[in-house]
Amino acid sequence: MAENIQIKTMAEMAAAGEAPEVLFWVGCMGSFDDRAKKITKAFAKLLNQAGVSFAVLGTEESCTGDPAKRAGNEFLYQMQAFTNIQVLNAYEVKRIVTACPHCFNIIKNEYPELGGNYEVIHHTQFLQKLMDEGRLKVEGGAFKGKRITFHDPCYLGRANGEYEAPRQVLQKLDAELSEMKRCKERGLCCGAGGAQMFKEAEKGNKEVNIERTEDALEIKPDIIAAGCPFCNTMMTDGVKHFNKEEEIEVKDIAELIAEAADL
Amino acid sequence: MVSSIIFVILLGVTIFFFTKRIREISSNINLGLDLDLSGNSAERWKTMARVALGQGKLVTRPVAGIMHVFIYLGFIIINIEVLEIVIDGVFGTHRVLYGLIGPAAYGFFINTFEILAVLVLVACVVFLLRRNVINLKRFRGKEMVKWPTSDANIILVVEILLMGAFLTMNASDGLLMAMDAESLASLGLDKYSGFDFGEPFLVSGMFAGALSADPATLMFTERAMWWFHIIGIFAFLNYVPYSKHFHIIISFPNTYYSRLQPSGEFNNLESVKKEVELMMDPEADPYAAPAPDENAAPQRFGAKDVTDLNWKQLMDAYSCTECGRCTSECPANQTGKLLSPRKIMMDTRDRLEEVGSAKRKHGQDHEDGKSLVGDYISKEELWACTTCNACVQACPVNINPLSIIVDLRRFLVMEESAAPQELNMMFTNVENNGAPWQFAQADRLNWKDE
Repeated sequence: MAENIQIKTMAEMAAAGEAPEVLFWVGCMGSFDDRAKKITKAFAKLLNQAGVSFAVLGTEESCTGDPAKRAGNEFLYQMQAFTNIQVLNAYEVKRIVTACPHCFNIIKNEYPELGGNYEVIHHTQFLQKLMDEGRLKVEGGAFKGKRITFHDPCYLGRANGEYEAPRQVLQKLDAELSEMKRCKERGLCCGAGGAQMFKEAEKGNKEVNIERTEDALEIKPDIIAAGCPFCNTMMTDGVKHFNKEEEIEVKDIAELIAEAADL
Repeated sequence: MVSSIIFVILLGVTIFFFTKRIREISSNINLGLDLDLSGNSAERWKTMARVALGQGKLVTRPVAGIMHVFIYLGFIIINIEVLEIVIDGVFGTHRVLYGLIGPAAYGFFINTFEILAVLVLVACVVFLLRRNVINLKRFRGKEMVKWPTSDANIILVVEILLMGAFLTMNASDGLLMAMDAESLASLGLDKYSGFDFGEPFLVSGMFAGALSADPATLMFTERAMWWFHIIGIFAFLNYVPYSKHFHIIISFPNTYYSRLQPSGEFNNLESVKKEVELMMDPEADPYAAPAPDENAAPQRFGAKDVTDLNWKQLMDAYSCTECGRCTSECPANQTGKLLSPRKIMMDTRDRLEEVGSAKRKHGQDHEDGKSLVGDYISKEELWACTTCNACVQACPVNINPLSIIVDLRRFLVMEESAAPQELNMMFTNVENNGAPWQFAQADRLNWKDE
């Protein structure tokens, strides 16, 4: 990462006797996937811009166990959870922000019973909060006149009832927000959840991400906004499938805000 | 007198068989594993009031939703009339409520019932057209052949007949009751005298003229329709618990026991938790736990059969009315995969019926060598699920097909090691590298310098 943004780890902070305002849980996609790494960096820039003191776990972070759990491997999930909770509790982490709705859901809802109790926030919720508090200011000029549609991630929307934060954040962009015919409670899945990301789909007549991309193409957007690195990949592939990548961008909300803030 | 005796016998038989069947269903549901859903009663009543009583999730599809509200209101309100019919039947009275509440209120009630009866008729006809003429995709699908399709049509036709009988009964009765007391007495029809409504009933009055004006024929029509209507209701009451139509009763407790957690929260398996603690926690003392009960059946990881599911999942299965909203919202189903959440629920119910009746016949330990996974639900269906919760969201009576799918997957993975190869590779990666791909954990922070 260029510029002079310092990404501190929890280990470094603890060694210096400091505690961050929030832990940024990067997630496997955000750490390893080339496309998702851009989201990670955009969000880190925004945190820095807003003067948020944050840290990451770095090499101490490990898969939350979400794909294992949704696939039915409760053993592997609980082992991952056990390890992660030990690390998080050792650093006395209180607040976690993450750009991945799968990490968000599992740490928020399923870790508490195993001894991991934290305030868990999705990055769109966090961005909304920073904007409401005036810590992050965005001028939407760059997006004026653009049509943006938001694809609800299942694990943020239906799974946790958060439909408004991403939309509120997008409102600041001064763009034209347009909804797909299926949105919010009835938003269609991108096809990646439930560990589908890691396997070929069962026999059918279409890929789920193609069906979803058709929903988006119907309203002719300039940008498809995502709030999940998995959805991002699926929708990007869908747009490519229709050879529309010249006309339509698929971007995470953090990337759009960072772009608007000239970061 | 004779008719009262016949009526009481019919009523007794109806109640006997109905309660017998309800006991069967409840013992089947109790074959499920324990699950503590006590507490939160205020929130539970509220959910039931909104979802079941208030039909809150039905109206998301306006046409079907409003038609369903007609039938639902008709069902609830016209049942006040059934109460009167039962009292009349037992005591040989005629329209006993008339004397109790007076002509004005009684006339108002009958007119309300008649309007509702017409709305029910209209809704049933529309529903029949949707199923059989328009052939909506939602009512087709591989699980909807044979019995489920006839079941739906039988219910609609019976409701149309019952409403028709109710209106015809009122039409003939209205004419009889409007006759003067002397002529009725001279014909031996005294029980129809003493009623004064001033004007004909709102709906049945409109077509009463089409009936024969002969008092004897009118009386025959009135009695015939009265008996047809009530025997129809008795028969229907005993048909309902064998049919998808059982939702009219069980959706109330089922919504009361709705999941109150966020739908993204899956349960943490207790059995696994113990094992993981022993494995990972250096403090854990394997000998500290009380000695396991030698005779206890070992608990399965996940569910192979209906008896591995919890009672709420089994209650869900009996609550399903096969409307198919879940399946029509399912991303896997929409893209041509085998998975249909409705089929998951129907299979669970059918298998539970099979297991339950075999246990009643051959004793509690009876095993038929079959199971829900394999004999009813295939792996291909289970692996197509994206766990998106669309089916859970769509269900008008808060059924959770996803929790069953996940429990069956757990069995496949943890007991059978039968996950698709690619998923096994993902598991290995998570286990070895802490990520679903083959990246080294040491590289997790590389993004910061790229």
